[in-house]
Amino acid sequence: MARFAMVIDTALCVGCSDCVVACKTENDVPEGFCRDWIEEEVRGTFPTVQLTIHSSRCNHCSSPPCVSCCPTGASHVHEGGVVLVDHGKCIGCKACIEACPYDARFSHPDGYADKCTFCIHRVEKGLLPACVAVCPTHCMHFGDLDDPESEVTQLVRSRPYHVLTPEAGTQPNVFYLTRGR
Amino acid sequence: MNRRQFLGIGAGALAAAGLTSILGGERARAATLAKSGLRTIPTFCDLCFWKCGAVATLRDGKLWKIEGNPLDPLSRGRLCPRGTGGVGATFDPDRLRRPLLRARVRGEEKWNAVSWDDALGYLALKLEAIKAAHGPESMAMFSHGLGGNFLKHTLKAYGTTNIAAPSFAQCRGPRDVGFRLTFGDDPGSPERTDIANARCLVLIGSHLGENMHNTQVQEFAQAVGSGATIIVVDPRFSVAASKAKHYLPIRPGTDTALLLAWMNVLVTEKLYDAEYVGKYGYGFEPFAASLAEFTPEWAYPETCIAPEIIRETAREMARHRPATLVHPGRHSNWYGHDTQRSRAVALLNALLGSWGRRGGFYVPAQMDLPGYPYPPYPKSTKAKVDNPDQRHPFAYEALTTGIREATITGKPYPIKGWMVYATNLVRALPDERLTLAAIQELDLLAVVDVIPSETAGWADIVLPESTYLERYDDLNVELFREPFIGLRQPVVESPDDQKPNWWIARELALKLGLARYYPWKDIEEYLSTRLEKRGYHLADLKRDGIVLGKKQPIYFEDGAPAEFATPSKKIEFWSSQLQQHADAHPGVKGFDPVPRYEPPEPCPSGAYRLLFGRAPVHSFGRTQTNPILHDVMPENELWLNAGEASRLGLRSGDRVKLRNQEGIESLPILLKATERIRADCVFMVHGFGHTAKGLTRAFHKGASDVQLLTRIKVDPLMGGTGLNDNFVSVVPV
Repeated sequence: MARFAMVIDTALCVGCSDCVVACKTENDVPEGFCRDWIEEEVRGTFPTVQLTIHSSRCNHCSSPPCVSCCPTGASHVHEGGVVLVDHGKCIGCKACIEACPYDARFSHPDGYADKCTFCIHRVEKGLLPACVAVCPTHCMHFGDLDDPESEVTQLVRSRPYHVLTPEAGTQPNVFYLTRGR
Repeated sequence: MNRRQFLGIGAGALAAAGLTSILGGERARAATLAKSGLRTIPTFCDLCFWKCGAVATLRDGKLWKIEGNPLDPLSRGRLCPRGTGGVGATFDPDRLRRPLLRARVRGEEKWNAVSWDDALGYLALKLEAIKAAHGPESMAMFSHGLGGNFLKHTLKAYGTTNIAAPSFAQCRGPRDVGFRLTFGDDPGSPERTDIANARCLVLIGSHLGENMHNTQVQEFAQAVGSGATIIVVDPRFSVAASKAKHYLPIRPGTDTALLLAWMNVLVTEKLYDAEYVGKYGYGFEPFAASLAEFTPEWAYPETCIAPEIIRETAREMARHRPATLVHPGRHSNWYGHDTQRSRAVALLNALLGSWGRRGGFYVPAQMDLPGYPYPPYPKSTKAKVDNPDQRHPFAYEALTTGIREATITGKPYPIKGWMVYATNLVRALPDERLTLAAIQELDLLAVVDVIPSETAGWADIVLPESTYLERYDDLNVELFREPFIGLRQPVVESPDDQKPNWWIARELALKLGLARYYPWKDIEEYLSTRLEKRGYHLADLKRDGIVLGKKQPIYFEDGAPAEFATPSKKIEFWSSQLQQHADAHPGVKGFDPVPRYEPPEPCPSGAYRLLFGRAPVHSFGRTQTNPILHDVMPENELWLNAGEASRLGLRSGDRVKLRNQEGIESLPILLKATERIRADCVFMVHGFGHTAKGLTRAFHKGASDVQLLTRIKVDPLMGGTGLNDNFVSVVPV
């Protein structure tokens, strides 16, 4: 069993939204919605300012509250630890949308809960997720954390990192590298 | 999927060792996709002037997505967000669909749809009438980008020489002139900046990352990743500033003072590349002497940058030379004496020995591909209209604003027609009132475009062009790290009655009796003729999208020629051309052979200097109706220092208007109260605040900076319009 993960180097990210646009075209995300997005955090007072930018999406948590709360089993954990929604089984109750601490899900106009799939349709063909493949800064990495040789394993082993909202206890699989400057 | 398959991603697609393997991989990939109902077609992007190689994927015959062409050295397989969202242009509901003839008065935006035959017939009649009454030079053309090549050809064959693009007098002109005066050559487009190998990168007002020039941003991330020292000079804490070791929050308009002080430190402390300067420099001694007064202490009250920071950053630059790149920027029409500032940027690079060196400015290469062998154009008896008496002696391209002025005044001779291709002149030239006044003097305003821009709204005739994904264009043969030829080819058909520019240009020429200038019947014949001259084949380009030439040495140290096309054949620290002009025109200001500092006008109390820039998801005013890009950024915001906002009782998310020094008000714009900008200026992203009725998705979303730019200082050397010299107050709505 693989355990897919994304590792994002925030020091390189320029917040250009290419990941957002690529996801929208790759996955036919309807107008007005997105499966990934850019967050910016500003600290300090001009001119002593710190800006951190990161690309956000479903964290494909190892302990996913969206799956445990789903009344129909539509939200499920796919092979490789990828959290997916079976559109056919989804009744659009939005419990998962409420349960997600990352606000990663939205209600698709066709009535089901929708979100990032780690582009599993591409990954299964040996391609990278669209957001990773497009990133002009090469700040995003994708791979298998169960593989000690993989780039993502090497990165989280050798570099300081953090995950989002660790206190939620969701065990996210999107890791953000931090760089001492 | 097992792990072994997954590992293939890293080993195969990403780490492909050489071109042959990428080529083979791409062709194999195309073949595999075909089996699953997918088809890929290579082309190159048109969302900006970078012209990245791209591959479009069709799903069941319909356009699905566009990705970077891995063979292409510009995109290196990754497009920027605009390029990735380029598919949206094809299904933009606001796009122009059929030729339109004005129904009643200009600017009312009421139209009658007509056939192409009628539209081009009308256009040809008008052109003939202008030629008969005033001569062909009274027809001017404004153009942006490669797509204008064929229309320019038709207009030149018709007999005009008055053809201009805003890219010179409103954008990169001062930079290019400043570098030409110094090195005999300009930084080019795409710029010859070796950012990837820079050990120290200095950005002055350039906001790479927000300004999404693809290869540069990719290389910027490489430089950041490899630990290069980044120094950012900007009144706004840009994204690039957030990656910098040194952020210098400069007072707007004082960059030349900083540059002079930096050079003073390098010279006084003997930190410059003496060997390089000795070998290639001209007039160094008097130049060095001229710097004596410009100490960091002198610069401090001007720039607000402390002397020890100026010294520290200068030493840091020297430590990494010659791999220290002081980026030349691109949009450089800021304060009306910008050529001299760009000269200072060039000279700082010269002191660091970075021109022609690894990590500085490489020596670019270009494919040897001659133009199509057309007959010579008719000789004009009149001088170009835009720059009478060469009053801006170093303007080596035509001045849009000069043509506009001649159109208003009728001097030195009348301009009676404008052909406008793919540039929204009303929003590209400062002071919209003057552009509209000029339009009133015209017998003909013809617009060829994809979307119904503000300028199209004032036109007599509007011709709808196919998007870049629906047409062939001329070949892309740029100066770059390695020589290449790129092909743009249609990926899908135009949905309505749009036509490619080459077809429009050719049909117009035929109606004007200029058939001999179009010996080719269609674009493929044209492209083939050019390619076959050097043994290349259109079929190869249709398959791969690009052909690469042989790599050449690109650094002096590797044998690239160290040649300088200046009068002295050297790097001119003391400009012989400026000296000559100053001698011939005593009393004329601004032509000093070494850069001098001119302080900016102080900001009036209660007002802010209006600055503008770019966002990564939009290009100029051309993409705001693209449904995908609009979705990501539907409007712009006004950046105002958080302290100032709270003093004014304003919060982020409030709607405000801007009022400039002449009382002109903007449309309402969302306020962004932020710690990321100085308290004496405000900032917005250019290209928003559309007022054309046909741009329904973008209509009245955000505000337009250009409408507020009514006070323009003109660069005496080259006629560029300084655009950062307007002051605004912030008015709650």
